[in-house]
Amino acid sequence: MTPLAYAKADSEQNAIAQVGNGPAKYLGAGTNLVDLMREGVETPNRLVDVTGLSHVIEPTVSDGLLIGAAASNAAVAEDATVRTRYPALSRAILSGASAQIRNMATVGGNILQRTRCAYFLDIEGARCNKRRPGQGCDAYEGFNRGHGILGVSPACIATHPSDMCVALAAYDAVVHLVGPEGKRRVPLVDIHRLPGDTPHVETVLRPGELIIAVELPATSAAVRSTYRKVRDRASYAFALVSIAAALDVADGRIANIRIALGGVAPKPWRAHQAEAAMIGGLPERATFVAGAEAALTGATTRPNNAFKIELARRLIVAVLTDLAGATR
Amino acid sequence: MTEPTNQRLMSNRSNSRNPTRRTVLAGTAAAVAQVTLGGGATAQPKPGPLATKDSLARLPDSLGASLPRRNGRLLVRGVARFAAEHTYPRMIYGALVYSTIPRGTIHNIVTTAAESSPGVVRVMTHKNAPRMAPPESFFGTRTGMAGSALPVMQDGEVYWNGQPVAVILAETQEQADYAATLVEVSYDIADAVTSFDEAADAAVPADYAGKALRYVAGNAEPALADAAVSVDLAFSTPRHNHNQIEPHAVTVAWQDGRLRMHDCTQSVAMSAVTIAKVFGLKRSDVHLTAESVGGGFGGKTLWQYHILAAAASRLVNRPVRMTLTREGVFRVCGGRAPTRQRVALGANRDGRLTAMIHTGTTVKIAQNVMTEPLIDASRHMYRSDTMHLDVRVGTMDMLANTFMRAPGSAVGTVPLETALDELAEKLGMDPIELRIRNEPDVDPTTGKAYSQRALVAAYREGARRFGWQPRSGQRLGRREGEWLVGTGMAAAYYPYKRFPGSAARITFGRDGRALIALPGHEGGMGMETATAAIAADLLGLNQSNVQVRYGDSTLPGSIIAAASQQTAAIGASLAAAGAALVVELANLVPRGSALHGQPAKALMISEGSLSLIANPSRRIAITDLLEWSGRTSVSAEGRAAPPTEVATWSMHSTGAVFLEVRVNAVTGELRISRVTGVYDCGRILNPKLAASQFRGGIIMSLGMAMMENTHFDERSGRIMNPSFAQYYVPSHLDVPEIDVAWTGVPDPRAPNGARGIGEIGMNGASAAVANAVYDATGKRIRDLPITLDKLL
Repeated sequence: MTPLAYAKADSEQNAIAQVGNGPAKYLGAGTNLVDLMREGVETPNRLVDVTGLSHVIEPTVSDGLLIGAAASNAAVAEDATVRTRYPALSRAILSGASAQIRNMATVGGNILQRTRCAYFLDIEGARCNKRRPGQGCDAYEGFNRGHGILGVSPACIATHPSDMCVALAAYDAVVHLVGPEGKRRVPLVDIHRLPGDTPHVETVLRPGELIIAVELPATSAAVRSTYRKVRDRASYAFALVSIAAALDVADGRIANIRIALGGVAPKPWRAHQAEAAMIGGLPERATFVAGAEAALTGATTRPNNAFKIELARRLIVAVLTDLAGATR
Repeated sequence: MTEPTNQRLMSNRSNSRNPTRRTVLAGTAAAVAQVTLGGGATAQPKPGPLATKDSLARLPDSLGASLPRRNGRLLVRGVARFAAEHTYPRMIYGALVYSTIPRGTIHNIVTTAAESSPGVVRVMTHKNAPRMAPPESFFGTRTGMAGSALPVMQDGEVYWNGQPVAVILAETQEQADYAATLVEVSYDIADAVTSFDEAADAAVPADYAGKALRYVAGNAEPALADAAVSVDLAFSTPRHNHNQIEPHAVTVAWQDGRLRMHDCTQSVAMSAVTIAKVFGLKRSDVHLTAESVGGGFGGKTLWQYHILAAAASRLVNRPVRMTLTREGVFRVCGGRAPTRQRVALGANRDGRLTAMIHTGTTVKIAQNVMTEPLIDASRHMYRSDTMHLDVRVGTMDMLANTFMRAPGSAVGTVPLETALDELAEKLGMDPIELRIRNEPDVDPTTGKAYSQRALVAAYREGARRFGWQPRSGQRLGRREGEWLVGTGMAAAYYPYKRFPGSAARITFGRDGRALIALPGHEGGMGMETATAAIAADLLGLNQSNVQVRYGDSTLPGSIIAAASQQTAAIGASLAAAGAALVVELANLVPRGSALHGQPAKALMISEGSLSLIANPSRRIAITDLLEWSGRTSVSAEGRAAPPTEVATWSMHSTGAVFLEVRVNAVTGELRISRVTGVYDCGRILNPKLAASQFRGGIIMSLGMAMMENTHFDERSGRIMNPSFAQYYVPSHLDVPEIDVAWTGVPDPRAPNGARGIGEIGMNGASAAVANAVYDATGKRIRDLPITLDKLL
C-alpha cells in the first residue's frame, strides 16, 4: 500500500508542528482527500487528522456565528441558528453530496475540496495543468459541460465544486487561519485564487496554514436568503449552476443584495457587479434581468457549457423574484 | 411504498386445466379481459386448448404466488457469498495496470519498482504470461462467453485505451494496488479509429446472432414520399456502461492441474467451457461456481480479468483473487454501443402505415460479434405496407461493446416510439389509437402467428390505470408554477427466447423432499425462488420441500441468465427432468401394486405421487416407492426439448408505458412524477418478484432517457467518467412510485406459459419520457439523454 504516516492532532499548534514543511496534508473526514489519494492525484506522505479540533458552532460577540472547522457539514446544516438566520447555508449544504458524506465531511475540508474535473482526476490518461503545471489541459477541448464560465483561463476551466462555500460567500463569511506565522483572517471569497497561468495554486493559504473556523457576520432579520441548485439529477450531483442570494428591501427599494454563484467558476463566485447594478433599484423583474446580465458579463464558454450563461441568468432572475415576493 | 395497486391483475389463478384464452382472460385478468374482449381489435391466434401434448405448455396451478426471494435473508444479512468472498490458503491479490493509448504496441514496460515493492509476489506482463488461446466470444461460437476474442496479454499489442497491460500479484490488495502505480509503460502509438463518424463512414451491413439486420418489403422510400402524412427523423443514443452493484470479481485456484474458479458470471457452464479452451483444458477440468451474482444485465460474461487472474495464478502457483475497482469495470468490461438512427413513417389519413423506414449505424470492435440489433422492435411491432429496416456497423478501436439489458430494442424502441408519437400528432390522432390501427394480425416480417399477444389490452388497461387523456394532435401539457407538466406513452417490446442446451436433475428423497440441480444463476431476479415454485408444482410438493442447487458448472446442462430466457430454459429443463423421473419411478413400481405393468408414458407425477394419467386415483406415493425398493432417493436428469416453439410461432412480449413528467420552465430540469407500465409477457410466475423486475427495468430506462452517458473521449478513446460520481444513474429522488401491472395471459407455447420479464421494462419508458417531455414543453429531443440544457 501507499506508504503513509498518520497522526491525530490534539491542538492547533500540535497540528501545525506535525504537518511541518514536507508533503503532508491536514485530514478532515477525507471525503475528498482520500478519494484523491486513491486516484493518485494527492500523494501526501503524512496525514495530520484535525477532526479532533474545534467543531463548536457558537455566537460571536458581534452577533455573528463562529463555526469550528471540524464541525461536520450535517451539524452546520442542522444548527438552529444557521437554519433561521443563514438558511441559504443550510440549504446549500443539504443540496450537496449524500447524507453519509455530509455526516462526515468537515467545514474546513469542504472549503479546500478540489475540482471534480475528469481530466484532473485521471492521472494516467489525461493532461492537466493543475496536476502538472504546463502539461496542458485536456478539458478545454474535451468533456467540459460542467466546467466554468467565469474567472477561468485557457490553462484551466475547472470549477470549485462546493455548495456550502457559495452560501458562505453570499454571507460575507470570514475564514480563520492559523499557521507557523500565527493567526490571520481572510474573507471566504478571497481564499481561492483564479487559475490564470498557475491553476495549480488554488488558494492563498501559506505552507502549513490550517483553517480553524469560519465566521459568519451578523445578518439582519429583514434579509431574506436562499440557495438553489441546478444539476443533472435530483440528488447526488454537482451543480451545473447554483446560486446563493440574499435580498433586503427597504422603502420599496433594494437596500442590500448579495449574489454568489456556484458551478460556474474556479471559486465560489460573488457577483459584485450584479449587486452594484441592482442596489437601490426597484425589486422587480427588470432590475433582476439587468443584474443577471451584469453577473454574466465577461463570461467565456466552451461549446459544451455555453448553456450555463442562459441558465445562470434565468436562475438569478427566478431566485431574486422569489425573494422579492417573500419580502413583500 | 404502499402495496402495488395491481393485485387484481396480479392474481392469476385459473382453475381450468384446459382453459381457452377467453376463459383465462375471464378468470384471471378481469379488467384486461373486459377491454380486450370489448375492443375486439386484438390480433390473436384462434383460441385453442392451451394444454397440448407438448409438455412445455403445461399450466400449473400452484404458480403465481408472491413468494419472497429465497436468498433474501442471506443477502440482507451479508451472508450470501459473492465471487470476491471466497478465500484460500496462500491466496494473493491481483491488481491491473491499464493502457493509456487506444492502439499501438508496448515499447517498454518497467516493472522493477513494482516487483521490489513490499508484498509483491510477481508482476505478469506479456513477457511472462502463460501461452493461452484467445477466448471464444459470445455469438462467435456456440459456447463462447467472452466479451471479445482478442488475445489476452500474449504480445505487446494494445487494442483499446484501458486494456490490461500488467497484473500485479501481492500479499494484500493494498500492496498490489500500490505496486500497480509503480509500473512504467511506454508505447509506440499506432493510428486508431476512436471517432464514431470515422467508423460510421466505413460501416458495413450487420447481423445479430447469425441473422442479417435487414428487412425489406416493398419500396418504402417512394411510399414515404407519396404518403398523405409522414415524419422523417434522426436520432442518436450514447454509449452506456454496465454498473452492476457488484463490481466484477473472480477468485481462482489451480488444484492438481484443474482450475477452480469462483465467478460472478451469467453462465457458469459457458464461462467454464470458454476458459477451459483458453487454457487447453477439458471442460471437466474447470470447476466454476457463481452462487450469488450481484447483478448481470448482460455484462457479467467472461472478460480479460478472468483469464488474467487464472493465468497469474498458474504462473505463481497460488490462489488469486481479483476484484475490479469501479474504474476497472469501466476499463475492462464493455457496455452498450452508441447509435445514430433514422425512423421515417408514412401513413394514410386513417393512420394505416404505408411506409416504415428504420435504419441505423452503430459500432463494434473487430474481434466481437455484437452489433446492436436496433431494428428488433420494428420487425415485430407494427404492420406497414412497406418496410425498410437496416443496420450498419462500423469498427472502432475501443473496449469491446457488449450486451446490456435489452440490447438493440432498448436503443431502437426510442426512435420508433417517438416517431409514432410525432406521426400521431400530425394525423391528429391519439397515439394509442394510431398503434391499435397498426396492430398486426400476424407477425409483420415473418408472417407467423403470434403465440399470444394482448398488447391492445395492455394499452387500454394502462390508459385506464394512468388516467390517460386521449388527444388528437394537440398538446395537453399544463403549467403548475414553474413546472411544465406533460404526459406521454410508448409501447414496449422484447422477444421471447429460449436457448438450447439447458438441463436439470431432480432428486426425490424418501423424506418427501426434492433437490433440484441446474446451472442457473441468482443475479437478483429470483431464479432460485421461481425454480422451486416450478418444481414444486411439477412434483406436487409444497415449495418448502424443494431445495435448489445452482450456479455450478458441474451441474447438468448449460443455462445462461440472459435474453430474459433463464426462466423459460429452466421450465423446459424441469419438464424434461420430470418426464425422466417418471421413467425412473416406473421402474420402481412393485409387482402387484396398482400401477404395475403400466408404461411410463401412461404415468405422471402429481401431488408427490406416481399416478395413472387416465385415472389419477390410481397412485402410489413416491416415498412409498422408495421405501419398498429400499432406496433413499431417486434421481433423474432431463435435457430441455429444442426450442422449436420459436420456429413455428412469433413469440414476443409487449407492453404499454405511460408517464407524467415535469420540466422546470426556468432551468429545464426534468423530473418523472408518475409511471404506469402494463406488460404482456405471458403468465407471471411470482408477482412480487415480477413487479420488482419490471420496476427495475423501468428505472434503468428512465436513466437512459435522462442521464446515462459514457464520456468516451474521441481524441484518446478513453472513458472519462469511470465512477458512480461521474457516470449518472438515477438516484432515489429521481424515481417516483412506479405502478406496474400485467395482462397475465399465459403463452401456450412457452414453458409454464411464461415468456420472461427481465428486459422488457428497459424498453418503452425512455420513449415515453421523450413523448411526455414534448407534451410538457413542445420540444422534441431526439438525442439522448434528455438533459436540461436541451430544454432551456
